[in-house]
Amino acid sequence: MADTGLLESLLRLLEKVDGGTDSQDVAADLGVDHQVIVGAVKSLQALGEVISTEQKSSKHWELTGEGREIAEQGSHEARVFNAIPDEGLPQNELMKMPSGKVGFSKAMSNKWIRLDKAHEGGPRVFKTVETIEDTVRDKLQLVQKGQSAKLEDKEKNELKKRKLLSEVTVKSYWITKGSSFSTTITKQETELTPEMIASGSWKEKNFKPYNFEAMGVAPDCGHLHPLMKVRTQFRQIFLEMGFTEMPTNNFIESSFWNFDSLFQPQQHPARDQHDTFFISDPALAHEFPQDYMERVKKVHSEGGYGSQGYKYDWKIEEAQKNLLRTHTTAVSARMLYKLAQQKFTPVKYFSIDRVFRNETLDATHLAEFHQIEGVVADYGLTLGNLMGVLHQFFTKLGITKLRFKPAYNPYTEPSMEVFSYHEGLKKWVEVGNSGVFRPEMLLPMGLPEGVSVIAWGLSLERPTMIKYGINNIRELVGHKVNLQMVYDSPIFQKPPKNKTEEASN
Amino acid sequence: MPTVSVKRDLLFEALGQKYTDEEFDELCFEFGLELDEITSEKDIISREQGDEKAEGASDVVLYKIDVPANRYDLLCLEGLVRGLQVFKEKLEAPRYKRVSPADGGEPQRLVITDETASVRPHAVAAVLHDVTFTQERYESFIELQEKLHQNICRKRTLVAIGTHDLDTISGPFTYTAKPPGDIRFKPLNQSKEYTATELMSLYKTDGHLRHYLHIIENEPLYPIIYDSNGIVLSMPPIINGDNCSMLLNLKSVFCVCLQAKTTLDMVVTMFSEYCEEPFTVEEAEVVYPDGRLCVYPELAYRTETLSGDFINKRVGINESAESIAQLLTRMCLRSEVSGEGDLIQVEIPPTRADVIHACDIMEDAAIAYGFNNIVRSTPRTYTVANQLPLNKLTELLRQDLAAAGFTEALTFALCSEEDIADKLRKNIAETRAVHISNPKTAEFQVARTCLLPGLLKTLAANRKMPLPLKLFEISDVVLKDETKDVGARNNRRLCAVYYNKSPGFEVIHGLLDRVMQLLDVKPDRNQGYHIQAAEDSTFFPGRCAEIFSCGKSIGHLGVLHPDVISRFELTMPCSAIDIDIEPFL
Repeated sequence: MADTGLLESLLRLLEKVDGGTDSQDVAADLGVDHQVIVGAVKSLQALGEVISTEQKSSKHWELTGEGREIAEQGSHEARVFNAIPDEGLPQNELMKMPSGKVGFSKAMSNKWIRLDKAHEGGPRVFKTVETIEDTVRDKLQLVQKGQSAKLEDKEKNELKKRKLLSEVTVKSYWITKGSSFSTTITKQETELTPEMIASGSWKEKNFKPYNFEAMGVAPDCGHLHPLMKVRTQFRQIFLEMGFTEMPTNNFIESSFWNFDSLFQPQQHPARDQHDTFFISDPALAHEFPQDYMERVKKVHSEGGYGSQGYKYDWKIEEAQKNLLRTHTTAVSARMLYKLAQQKFTPVKYFSIDRVFRNETLDATHLAEFHQIEGVVADYGLTLGNLMGVLHQFFTKLGITKLRFKPAYNPYTEPSMEVFSYHEGLKKWVEVGNSGVFRPEMLLPMGLPEGVSVIAWGLSLERPTMIKYGINNIRELVGHKVNLQMVYDSPIFQKPPKNKTEEASN
Repeated sequence: MPTVSVKRDLLFEALGQKYTDEEFDELCFEFGLELDEITSEKDIISREQGDEKAEGASDVVLYKIDVPANRYDLLCLEGLVRGLQVFKEKLEAPRYKRVSPADGGEPQRLVITDETASVRPHAVAAVLHDVTFTQERYESFIELQEKLHQNICRKRTLVAIGTHDLDTISGPFTYTAKPPGDIRFKPLNQSKEYTATELMSLYKTDGHLRHYLHIIENEPLYPIIYDSNGIVLSMPPIINGDNCSMLLNLKSVFCVCLQAKTTLDMVVTMFSEYCEEPFTVEEAEVVYPDGRLCVYPELAYRTETLSGDFINKRVGINESAESIAQLLTRMCLRSEVSGEGDLIQVEIPPTRADVIHACDIMEDAAIAYGFNNIVRSTPRTYTVANQLPLNKLTELLRQDLAAAGFTEALTFALCSEEDIADKLRKNIAETRAVHISNPKTAEFQVARTCLLPGLLKTLAANRKMPLPLKLFEISDVVLKDETKDVGARNNRRLCAVYYNKSPGFEVIHGLLDRVMQLLDVKPDRNQGYHIQAAEDSTFFPGRCAEIFSCGKSIGHLGVLHPDVISRFELTMPCSAIDIDIEPFL
């Protein structure tokens, strides 16, 4: 902060003028360097509305170092002229003067001096006139006094060429009185202190205004992962809808529960090595509900329960093969089987957990991802009911415009792809899959004939990527994520209105 | 999902109507198809090989249509058009008929010998008689076989299809198996004869055929089909003979399918449309090694009876039996009200092998009704929601760990053996890890047995971030466990790391104290928790402790061994905690 004395001098000066003043004039009036006044102006600005300012820039002429020397001591040629006594001076002596060389040639061309080369004792220089007028010095002194306007442009440019003058741009302030103008400075406090509160001195103090444009200090805290934040919200939605969470903490599953129990035939392409991770150790599952397994075998190979079956040779060896579950529906199958072993009561189940696919990886596909799944089992559920539940579920995500496309899935019939209208893309995009579990899956489990089970699924990653504007899944999941992204990611409240329809893709 | 590529103008001509792209897309959506892409040969070539190569290629508009994986009857233009026309009630579903040879002659015969027992002792055959092909029809015929090979035939491993110009060969035909050295013929598109052994090495470099070689490569005998003059029809499932390959102007097609009669039905029903008498297929006899004689194609129609009430109740609509019968008829399932209550008799044609249960019929009724015309209603199912206790505990702890200043990481459940063993200075045999048999890369060799490698890799990827870095993850690891039906189980773990210029053991120790406080476990040697010095090769000697809760070991904490730090490409000291949270349920 500039010293208070200077600030007050500036303010007193300002008090006298009407309509304001330029900081350069202030500098001239107070006889201090302009930069000091600039500092003072900044200090005054920080005090609030004492002054108001407007930045200006102007060009003006200034002497160079050499120019200042000439303004003080005279031009080189004048100095040379003055050094020559009436009896003349040997040229070599004259040349030893600091201004010698330049001054000699200029004085010669001005015809102030002459050179007698034939003089005995070597060439000697003599004055040719009695007095001279040092116009260069006069002009420079004019500039120094701030009266450069009296010179013609041609003259200024000539001096500029001689590197005696330079044109500089000056940033200055146009200063006027502010709304709380005063000629005295009260020292401003930066912060309220316990002492001020205790003594009550805060009442007399002025406080330095805050800069509300600046960012605050980031709180010292940990952060939850964005995908897990979205998982929490989906969990919440299911819980609000009365769905009970399934125990999906079993990544290793047998082919039996992952495929066979779902009426997925053993030669189905999904059971190919190219799509599924199989386990070499422990390679085989060793325990199955025997009766149930027999019924599954029968429905695949021969049919039954009103079905033709797939008519192929079902092998237990294929069912025993362990794998990394390819969908959480394997757990739904276990849960429905368990349900069938008791007196039937309607259930609503959900899960959100990891599943694994041995597929080709790209920007949106990883070998593992999270599947969201919902299941309802009750007597007499209809396809219309499934659509109704889906409508409620997606409404909670802010997605209200839905339509359904017939699709194929080995374990649901009917199967429907769920589409929502994407306001941004102006088209319908797929947001999930759904269907009614096949009787060939449910009846061998022992569920009563009239019970229907409706289900749907979607991935957790896709809506999350849309929500956080992430195009490459590797920037969201896995060890390569940038922690800054985790630090900065907002909460998943509900998709913003205009993005509503994208959020679940 | 298989994609069928059809020429738009040809499609519209066959449909007898022009659609805008949007209208056709809408029709597809309703029917359960997806107009995936609108393109042209020129577009495709230019996208794949650059504009120069595309010069001169056809710019006829192609529709690429995604077809459900179980609808083999929609895999070609002919089938698609038939399906859509019937759906739009512009056409009655044709009735496919097996007929005897027109001239009263003997049917063609395929004799299967004993030798085929080791390869595929089953084949079926049929004849398309007096068929008229154009360039487009011919291409579609070949394309359908290719589509079937990829789908229902599971890349020819289940079924192989062969079609031959009947006028260039003469029956009876023999399906046998021979050692590859004894098989010699001129294959399709080749100018000289090869032995089967030579062919196998010739096709090693063939972009298309090399994918099928493995099916018979290691068999002592290769399957082969001859005509009565010893001309080779084909060496299934690899290649046809050149002599009987099909040409545009052929008159009759002899179709042979190894294994599946459904596939044969599909091929002949689709193209019998172009026979002199449309939708008829000439029979062929197959004699099996045991002397059995069967006549193909089966072209079997099946009748199912179900009630209108069943459909109404499952779909959630209220239609009369008559109107439901009409809906089903539009799906190529010719249906009639039987007159007995609301019972409907539904005839399943040979083209609809996907219909195996009443629920498939119900779906077709729903599609014809229009999924989006069904009233959406909320089920009255009353249930009370429950969280899984383990997940509830996880959710609660996550919140408080973040509040304690640690940031949540989300790392992969699969990793390399090295990650969980060598890099942690452990022996893989002691990890109880579950091993994957078919990983494409080392990243997917095992399921993780601890969370630490994932967190250390996350640190390594974020070395530029300001220190200290404090991370945690609560997630599952997988361990072998004989007591489980699959021999393995998940285990929910809590892992946290502190990475800074100094090891910060006290920080990690403080986190343990905080977690225990949250779990309401007091520091106490017997009833509460305590830590005690332990040796663990992952940790720096003398800087590791085992954590006990109520006398039971639940994990470790300590300063990581410098070798572990360097092996994860880290440079600063790091302390870590890893505990099992399941005992706290």
